[in-house]
Amino acid sequence: MDDVATGEPLIVLDSVNKWFGPLHVLDDVSLSVGRGEVVVVIGPSGSGKSTLCRTINRLEPINSGTITFDGQTLPAEGKALAKLRSEVGMVFQSFNLFAHKTILENVTLGPIKVRREKPAAARERGLALLDRVGIANQADKFPAQLSGGQQQRVAIARALAMQPKAMLFDEPTSALDPEMVGEVLDVMTSLARDGMTMVVVTHEMGFARHAANRVIFMADGKLVEDAAPAEFFANPRSERAKDFLSKILTH
Amino acid sequence: MHVFTDPKNFDAYVSGFLWILKLTGASAVCALVLGVLLAAMRVSPVPVLRGFGAAWVNIFRNTPLTLVIFFCYFGLFVTLGLALSDDLFRNIYWLGVVGLSAYTAAFVCEAVRSGINTVPTGQAEAARAIGLSFAQTLRIVVLPQAARSVIAPFGSILIALCKNATIVGTIGLMESSTVMKDLINFNGDAVIPIFLVFAGTFAAVLIPTGYFFGWLANRLAVKR
Repeated sequence: MDDVATGEPLIVLDSVNKWFGPLHVLDDVSLSVGRGEVVVVIGPSGSGKSTLCRTINRLEPINSGTITFDGQTLPAEGKALAKLRSEVGMVFQSFNLFAHKTILENVTLGPIKVRREKPAAARERGLALLDRVGIANQADKFPAQLSGGQQQRVAIARALAMQPKAMLFDEPTSALDPEMVGEVLDVMTSLARDGMTMVVVTHEMGFARHAANRVIFMADGKLVEDAAPAEFFANPRSERAKDFLSKILTH
Repeated sequence: MHVFTDPKNFDAYVSGFLWILKLTGASAVCALVLGVLLAAMRVSPVPVLRGFGAAWVNIFRNTPLTLVIFFCYFGLFVTLGLALSDDLFRNIYWLGVVGLSAYTAAFVCEAVRSGINTVPTGQAEAARAIGLSFAQTLRIVVLPQAARSVIAPFGSILIALCKNATIVGTIGLMESSTVMKDLINFNGDAVIPIFLVFAGTFAAVLIPTGYFFGWLANRLAVKR
């Protein structure tokens, strides 16, 4: 897990700025994520970490700077952007499973409609993915019939069905009941072990400690620290990070 | 009831309502297709299309239907020479369908757009995130979910359309209200019964329509 793949990085953000009206949500953020690397982004609410995550597949457009994915600058719109998005899996805080589709249809929709796979083949692969996240027996149910933890695992399977080059997780466990956090983190940890490139915005410090290659700390739209987890948690360099850690780790 | 026992009057009554049903049916289909297209334009990322959709809604929703229908007859047909059929009544009928559809599409568009707003934004984001195009996102993910919350308003629009169809009588189609006016003119002793029969016929068709749409909306309500 520690042997991060070498070669050119998969995701590169260079001097990225973004404003929501007068609010400078991303302030000159530069970051690169190597292939197979797991980067956890932490920071207080409103620090811009979710926005950062969402700019990588351009769910949020940026005002200045550049983002490249797999050597290519993010397309602004149209088919090229759709193709890029199909190569970047995304998992949302609120799961966002398609409410009118069954669990299996949620997982096979992308492969069938975007990749033009044969429905039978997509079904088979979808069931295998659902099996991998432990929900194969719920394939014909609708999202509303599943628990939050189960829905989030389906969402991960849905993203994996596109065979993405990287996965983005935008606070994947923040909307879950505490007893369901573990099952989702287990799936994420096993993904990280299998060498998936991951950017994870989370408040789960345990996950950051044991599964991340790097921890990014953000505050007020700025990337404040970028360090290995052991180093970050033992010796945060900035006052902002020390303050943040003292508030969350004492409880 | 001596008025309706006269076969001539009874036939006029029946054919008047058949025109109303035909106007309603054809206009409902056209307005539905057009309205959904307009709604798609209004939520699209292309400014020109958004402007076109907004302009259509603002023009037709804020113009009295009588004027729209008059324009179809005097503007499209008399002035611009747009004849939609060689048969006099058929031509008026189709001009009526054009006017009713253009007008009703504005209301369908707004109902669909408000339906789209009931679908959480996360649904469209998730669809885009797996690489679906704008059109696919709308067609596969957003509209099917919006449709369920749009069914009840569609019922109201359809009922209004059916009643609005009587306005085509003003450009010379022998539909229900025109037939009723004629019957009243020739049977001054039976104004109330004639009126009740026509009003009752509309109510008999439209009240079940309203209940049907209410039932359908409940049945298809989306679970979250």
